[in-house]
Amino acid sequence: MSLAAIQVIELRKTYPSVVALDNVSLRIEAGEFFGLLGPNGAGKTTLISIVAGLTRASGGRALVLGHDVVRDYRAARRALGVVPQELVFDPFFTVRETLRIQSGYFGLHRNDDWIDEVIANLDLSGKADANMRSLSGGMKRRVLVAQALVHKPPVIVLDEPTAGVDVELRQTLWQFVRSLNRKGHTIVLTTHYLEEAQELCGRIAMLKNGRLIALDQTRNLLRQLSGLRMSMRITGELPPEVARHLAERIGEHVVLRLANVAEVEPTLAALRRAGCGIEDLEVGHADLEDVFLQIMSEGRERIAA
Amino acid sequence: MDPALDLRSAATGAEASAAAPVPLGEPVVNAQLAKRATGFRTLLYKEVLRFWKVSFQTIAAPILTSVLYLLVFGHVLEAHVEAFPGVSYTAFLVPGLVMMSVLQNAFANSSSSLIQSKITGNLVFVLLPPISHAEFFAAYTIASVVRGLAVGLGVFVVTVWFAPLSLRAPLWILAFGLGGAALLGMLGLIAGIVSDKFDQLAAFQNFIIMPATFLSGVFYSVKGLPPFWLAVSHLNPFFFMIDGFRYGFFAQSDVNPWFSLGVVLTALALVSAVALRMLSMGYKIRH
Repeated sequence: MSLAAIQVIELRKTYPSVVALDNVSLRIEAGEFFGLLGPNGAGKTTLISIVAGLTRASGGRALVLGHDVVRDYRAARRALGVVPQELVFDPFFTVRETLRIQSGYFGLHRNDDWIDEVIANLDLSGKADANMRSLSGGMKRRVLVAQALVHKPPVIVLDEPTAGVDVELRQTLWQFVRSLNRKGHTIVLTTHYLEEAQELCGRIAMLKNGRLIALDQTRNLLRQLSGLRMSMRITGELPPEVARHLAERIGEHVVLRLANVAEVEPTLAALRRAGCGIEDLEVGHADLEDVFLQIMSEGRERIAA
Repeated sequence: MDPALDLRSAATGAEASAAAPVPLGEPVVNAQLAKRATGFRTLLYKEVLRFWKVSFQTIAAPILTSVLYLLVFGHVLEAHVEAFPGVSYTAFLVPGLVMMSVLQNAFANSSSSLIQSKITGNLVFVLLPPISHAEFFAAYTIASVVRGLAVGLGVFVVTVWFAPLSLRAPLWILAFGLGGAALLGMLGLIAGIVSDKFDQLAAFQNFIIMPATFLSGVFYSVKGLPPFWLAVSHLNPFFFMIDGFRYGFFAQSDVNPWFSLGVVLTALALVSAVALRMLSMGYKIRH
């Protein structure tokens, strides 16, 4: 068996009042583009923090390219680049100083060629000598990404890198991250934007309340779980035989989840019988968001062997 | 160096890239990383650069404060107090003010740097790289020593003109200057680790560091104190630092400088042990 980019084994993290991670075991292969999804408080950031050595696990182990993150932390941390979720920066320094210092922390004292390349790839060239304080939120986010890459880590973890980021930066960022993935870097992504995960990630893990509840290829998750998604605007009360398909309701706007095409006609018939008015009807394949909601509401585990 | 050792360490460092099953377009772990490169040097540089960039606040301001003390106390007490025989009050005060500045600024450096990084969250940039807790400890302590000595030197240069200069035993000046700055740098590190908010750190500073420095004999010789307060002064490690430091200038002191040095070294051993233990546990830092 080849060496995993990241492997966590029966990882547990308990705080006095809450179990943040409950025996999570997970292998992320080298070269993968991997998605880690889950609602707020599911344990995604805790998991990443333990892998990065920012948090001590209460039990279990975490390895980066085979290096234990506690016992062999130097090798583990050299192999890992983390883009933290919070928009943090050191207000004393310029962008270039920030990157040189970060590089020096990894023992790389003459790294300007690569730093320039990262700056150019993230469209930071115009701001290289600006103080961190003067940058917009989006620009600060780019610097965070650049900081995670100064030591060319084989494994890159991005913890919600596109939260509050404009479309342009999102495009730039994904282009760059994809090119890194093509060059062989393993990418682990946590995000709230499920369409991003669907588009980018080959494999996905879902966490809920600190437990791993789904782990599979993105396409398998979509295939196994998805049926049809029917959205419409409805006036009147939903009859019970339709209400059991309800996935989401905002005022008159209703989203139903159906197992297959055969269920469409009976559902419409039931609505007509109940005297509901139907407008703006759309039927389509379920996307990752539906899968996500379905798994979260079922609480049934779907972990591929 | 034994070449075999060198090769072995290179092999360990290169493990990460050799083990990766996918061919990487870039040399991921390069020759520089293969050496046992560490981030200590950069962390120290960053900590020094941090206070240097705001030196008006971190160096000029405390120098001004000390000059004000000298002007006010020197003017008021010059005619009334003779702490050591043959030494004017102002001459006596100069080393005390220098050492007080060294101590206070060494403490301020590590504690404020750490609490700022904790509160703004940018400490993560230091926690993610392969920097050991001992390197972290050393970098913060040494940067504090640099700041403490820079301010102390500044205070000395500005105040030395107010009284005749005497440098009878300069090695003692150096020993106590370094030891005191290191001790307060470490205490600042501990205060920064323990505090979660600026006001907790301010309490540390206002209720422990300030009284301890003020009541340490900066402004007076403890020999003139009533027996009870003399005994209290002898429980204050800051007293021994100031007294020993002053010995370097006048070859006179309230207690034997060797004894004071012993107190400082003992305190250094205890405080560094506590700080290192906290850092190795990740107390309040890697929680």
